[in-house]
Parts: sequence; C-alpha cells; structure tokens
Amino acid sequence: MTNRKKYLTETIRLLLVDDEKGFVDIISKRMSKRNIQVTSALSGTQGIQALRGQDFHVAVLDLKMEDMDGLEVLKIFKKMVPDMPVIMLTGHGSEQAAREGMQFGAFDYLTKPCELDDLILKIHEAVSTGR
Amino acid sequence: MRAEKETHGHYYHSLTRKMVLIISLVSLTPLFLVSAIILYQFRVSYQEKVYDHLGELVQKHTQNIDSFLKEKLADIRFLAETFGFEELGNESFLRDRLETLQRDYGPVFVDLGVVNAQGLQIAYAGPFKLEKALYYDAAWFKKAMKTRFFISDVFLGLRGLPHFIVAIRDNCRGEHWILRATIDFVAFNNLVENIQVGRTGFACIFNGEGEPQTKALLDTMPQKRTYLRFLKRDQDKKNAINVVEAKDDSGKEKIYVSTFLKDGDWMMLFQQDSSDAFSDLRKAIQVTVVILLLGALGIVTTALVLSKRMVSRIARADQDKERMNDQVIQTGKLATVGELAAGIAHEINNPVAIMVEEAGWIGDLLEEEEFRRSENLQEFERALKQIKTQGQRCKQITHKLLSFARKTDPRTQDIQINDLISELVELSAQRAKYAKVVIRTRLKQGLPCLQASPSELQQVLLNLINNALDAMEKTGGVLHLGTRLEGAHFIIEVSDSGPGIPEANIDKIFDPFFTTKPVGKGTGLGLSICYGIIKKMGGEIEVKSTVGEGTTFFIRLPARGKPGGSAKRPGKNDAYQACSGAES
Repeated sequence: MTNRKKYLTETIRLLLVDDEKGFVDIISKRMSKRNIQVTSALSGTQGIQALRGQDFHVAVLDLKMEDMDGLEVLKIFKKMVPDMPVIMLTGHGSEQAAREGMQFGAFDYLTKPCELDDLILKIHEAVSTGR
Repeated sequence: MRAEKETHGHYYHSLTRKMVLIISLVSLTPLFLVSAIILYQFRVSYQEKVYDHLGELVQKHTQNIDSFLKEKLADIRFLAETFGFEELGNESFLRDRLETLQRDYGPVFVDLGVVNAQGLQIAYAGPFKLEKALYYDAAWFKKAMKTRFFISDVFLGLRGLPHFIVAIRDNCRGEHWILRATIDFVAFNNLVENIQVGRTGFACIFNGEGEPQTKALLDTMPQKRTYLRFLKRDQDKKNAINVVEAKDDSGKEKIYVSTFLKDGDWMMLFQQDSSDAFSDLRKAIQVTVVILLLGALGIVTTALVLSKRMVSRIARADQDKERMNDQVIQTGKLATVGELAAGIAHEINNPVAIMVEEAGWIGDLLEEEEFRRSENLQEFERALKQIKTQGQRCKQITHKLLSFARKTDPRTQDIQINDLISELVELSAQRAKYAKVVIRTRLKQGLPCLQASPSELQQVLLNLINNALDAMEKTGGVLHLGTRLEGAHFIIEVSDSGPGIPEANIDKIFDPFFTTKPVGKGTGLGLSICYGIIKKMGGEIEVKSTVGEGTTFFIRLPARGKPGGSAKRPGKNDAYQACSGAES
C-alpha cells in the first residue's frame, strides 16, 4: 500500500463509466483512498455529459452497457477530448471488441473482474504516458 | 435397445425381401411372357408344318396307291378287251398272259381267272387249285357283276388267305363274263407300308365296314372304333385330307391323317404318336425351359445377392445418419448451453467483481489505525483472503464457461503433435509426481504436420491429462500418451489406469455440466469443450473404459501436409511453429 502512495503526487481525476452501480460505488470509494478522484457515470450518455462539464486525466469505460455500445462512447470521447487516455473494461471472451477499441485510440484494456491494483497501475501508466 | 435392433432387423429383412421380389418380378415376368408367346407361336407353326407335311405325304401316297390300283385294273381291262372271252377261256393262253404280266410287273398278279355269268370259273391260271371254282354266292362276284370295273375288299375266299381282286365285266354273245386277277397282298401291303414316318408313323387302309385292308403291326393298328369315327366324320369330305390330333383308346395322344381312295370305298388312315411327330419340338421346348429355369435361377440369385449388398449399404448409411443426428443433437446442445453459459458468466462477473471489491474495501478500512488494534484483526484478514480466493475461483469458473462459449475461431497452423505432447508431459510432470502417476509416452516418429490451433489442442490434451490425473489421484497409476497414424488420420491416445467410468455414465461424459467430481471440484465442461474443439477440427473423440481397469480416450484427427521430422522444441511463447520450420 505504501508503494502505491509514491505515485500520488497529484490527485488524478478519473471518469468511470459503468452501468453497474454497486461496482462504480465501491471502486469510487477505494480509488478515493488512493488519491484518485472518481466521477462516476452510470451510462454512456451520463459519461458524455460529465465530460462536457469537466476535464479528466483519464477515463475508464466499460464496453458492455445497456444504453450505448461502449465502442460508440469511446469514439465520442476521442472526438471530444482526443488527448484523454481511455482504459476499457471488457468481459472475458469479448477481447475482440477491446482490440477494436485499441484501433479507435483507446489506451489499453483490462478484462473484468480485474484486480484493483492492476487497474490503478494501468491508470497511472495512462496518466504518465498518455498525457 | 435390443427391441429397437430387432425392429431394425425386421425392417431390413423385409426390405431385402421386397427388393428381391420386385427385381425378380420385373425381370422374370417379361422373360417368361416373351418366352411363352414365342414358344406358343413356335409350337403352333411347327404343328402346322408337321400337319401340312403329313397331309402332303398321305395325299401323295394315296395317289400312288390309287394309281397302282387303276394301273392293275387297266392291265386286266387291256387283256379282256384285246383277247375276249374265247381266247382267255383257254387256260394255257391265260397262263401265258399271267406269265407275261408277272414278267412285266413282278409278282404283283398272283393269278388270273375267267368267270362266266353263272359264277363258274371256266379258266384259271395261278398257283392255287381253283379250276372250276364256283363263285356264284361270293360277295365279290355279285358286286362285280353289277359294275364294269371292280376292285374288291380284302377277303379270305376259297384259298383261305387274305387277298383282293380286280375284275372286268365284259359281254360275249349277250352274256356277261368276268376276268379277274388276284393282287399279291404282300406287294400291296409293302406299297402301303412304304409311308412309315419316324418311329411310330405308319399307314393302313380300311374298307367301308372298318375292316383293315392291309396288314400293319397289330398292336399299333387303330381299332375299328377309331377308324369308324373318322369314317363317319369325314364321309362327306371325300377328297379332303383330314388331319386331327386325338387320344387313342389307351389315352395316348396321336396324330391321325385320313383320306379316301378307291372312289371313297377305302379310307387311308395314317397315324403317328404326337410325341414322336413333335419330338424335335419337345426337345427344343425342353432346352428352352432348362435355359429359362437356369436364367430365372441366375436372376433370383443375383437379385438376392444385390439386394443383400444394397440393404447392408443402406443399413450402414442409416447408422451413419443416426450417428450424425446424435452428433448434431450433441453439437446443438453444446451451442445452446454455450450461449446460456456466456450469459450467466457475464451476469455473474459483475456481482463477483463487486463482492471482491467490497472485500478489498474492508481491507482498505482495516488499514486504518483504529481497526489495526482490533482483537479480531487476524480473523478479519483471513476472512477477506478467503473471500478473495473464492472470488478468484468464481472468476476461473466464469472464464471457463466463456472459453466454452467463445465463438471466435482461433488461427490454425501446422504443428508437430509429438512436440506438443512432450511439452504437456513436462507441464504435468509435477502434478503427476504428487499423484504418484507415472507418465509414459509412445510417440510415433516422422508423423506429418497437423493443421490445428495449438492452444485449442493443448486445451483438449491438458483437459484429458488432468482428468486422468484426477482419476488416479488416490491410488496412483500409469498415464499413457500415444500417437500414431492410421491411414489419413492421426490417432492420439490418452489412457489411464484409474477406476474407469461406469457404463451408465459413459454416454453422458461429453454432456455439458456432467461431472462425477465432488462439488466445487469440476464444472463438467472440460470434456464438452474437448468434444466441441475436436469436432470443429473435423475429428472425432471416443472413449473406452472398463471399470477397475482404466479409461482410454481416442482422438482422431485428419492428417494433412507432409511428414515432419523430429521437430525442435518450440519456444515458450511462439507455441508450435510451422512444420517447415520444425523440419529444419
């Protein structure tokens, strides 16, 4: 835990788009303990709205949502803020969609359920290199 | 199962019977019909030919006999008209005439006699002592006196021997006299008998009362009744030749040819056994029938053999179809379960992720100072670890389910099956050691390359190896891995010396979610996945198991490409390189 803290020189603003409220809530809580400020959006539309009013260092986007296809949201994100790195979350066996997302400019992808540490590592990586 | 087999057996037997029947009917019916028609026509033509031939023969013969009689009558008439009663009444002169006649015509004339109106033979030349014989009461004399020319029937007369006479009535000084000559019965008989045809064909002559006028073989002579029947029937057709086929008194079929001669006084009757007359026809029919029967036998035998072969092929095709149906059902089942599994896996992933994260959150909170002093800190941490571990297990299960359902088609490449197996043996060595299992391999060298996805094949084999190790975990044993080539197919064998699979379960082992492992140990998807992968590769997977002895899995994959040599060990990440590389 102490190792992780050395990354935290600046609070990272993260946009988390996932339609699973329980997951978003707990991740927000755990992230905030690790110096990451999470703005949660429970749908693709909410995510786009959130992005309109605020700057984020990085976005974490679930590819499988009910209202919009994650890839579509990714395309819009990339159009709105091309510099913002986007990390995709995908189900096991749906890596094909994630690989497609990489072509549209996503930073990387992780398969769900993933370890929080892996996700945080990826976020830091994205913030430091993707910016 | 047995009842179903018996029903199938009945079905194929009845199919064979029907085929034999139809082929036989279709082939034999026209054969027999055509043969019967041809034979019938042939028989009719042949009969007509025989009848015509016999009719012609009899007609000619009758004409011959008629001319013979007329000739003899003409000879006598010539004598009577040339020499007259006085000269011929001289016995020595008469004897001279007889000699002349016998010299000219052979011994046809037996004797000559001159009879006056009172029936007294006034002159006689011949071998019998008939001088001064009195014929006044003789039937022939009475008839001869009434007509100018007369030929008698055969009679015994005064000499007591069968003979017949030709007589001329003439006039001398207002009184009738008769010159008569006896015709040699033997010569006449020979003339009539001259017509013999075949073994049983002969002719004879009857008079108007049915008395035979020639001496034929008595046992073959038509009886008087038979003769009279013809006489009665044909009396109004005196010049015709009548041919008829009828049964004689002994019931024997005979051909009768009849015609009249001597101006309708006599009847010539020719008879021949039908069997004799038609012997050639009978032989031809016999040969034809034998050929027909042999042909029919050949057709029926061929129909039987062909039908049996055909039906056995149909039976095989049916079996294949049934097997295929089973496979389609199995594949369909797998696909349905796959979709279901994918849905469930996705649904479960999220709550599990939340649970794990919540546990992580508790972990985060436990790092706060106030909780670190708690008495139960260690217990909390153990519980959290357990939650994480179980969450991980859930994740593995859902991953397996998703692997099973995954529809993407991983790329195939040429691989050396032996190398792949060797690597798997290395991978499993540690686990085998713990399970006290000895791994033995019998890998056929120089096998051709296999076109397949290495990761998928690895998954299949690893699954089988793991199952085998699980089966032998308690007792230890031997795991045998083998490869060989059978025709155009690779055979991969994975056999263990474990407890075996009970017969009741052997049909279900490839069904999804079927497992005999304790709850929490197996998902029941491993073999289902193996089945799906091998099917996708165009191969087959089978199992043979004996309880108490062990289980063997056979994987049969189509071999393509050229033989590969002993391949080099592939790199850890580059999996199984193309065979061309392996061969170098």
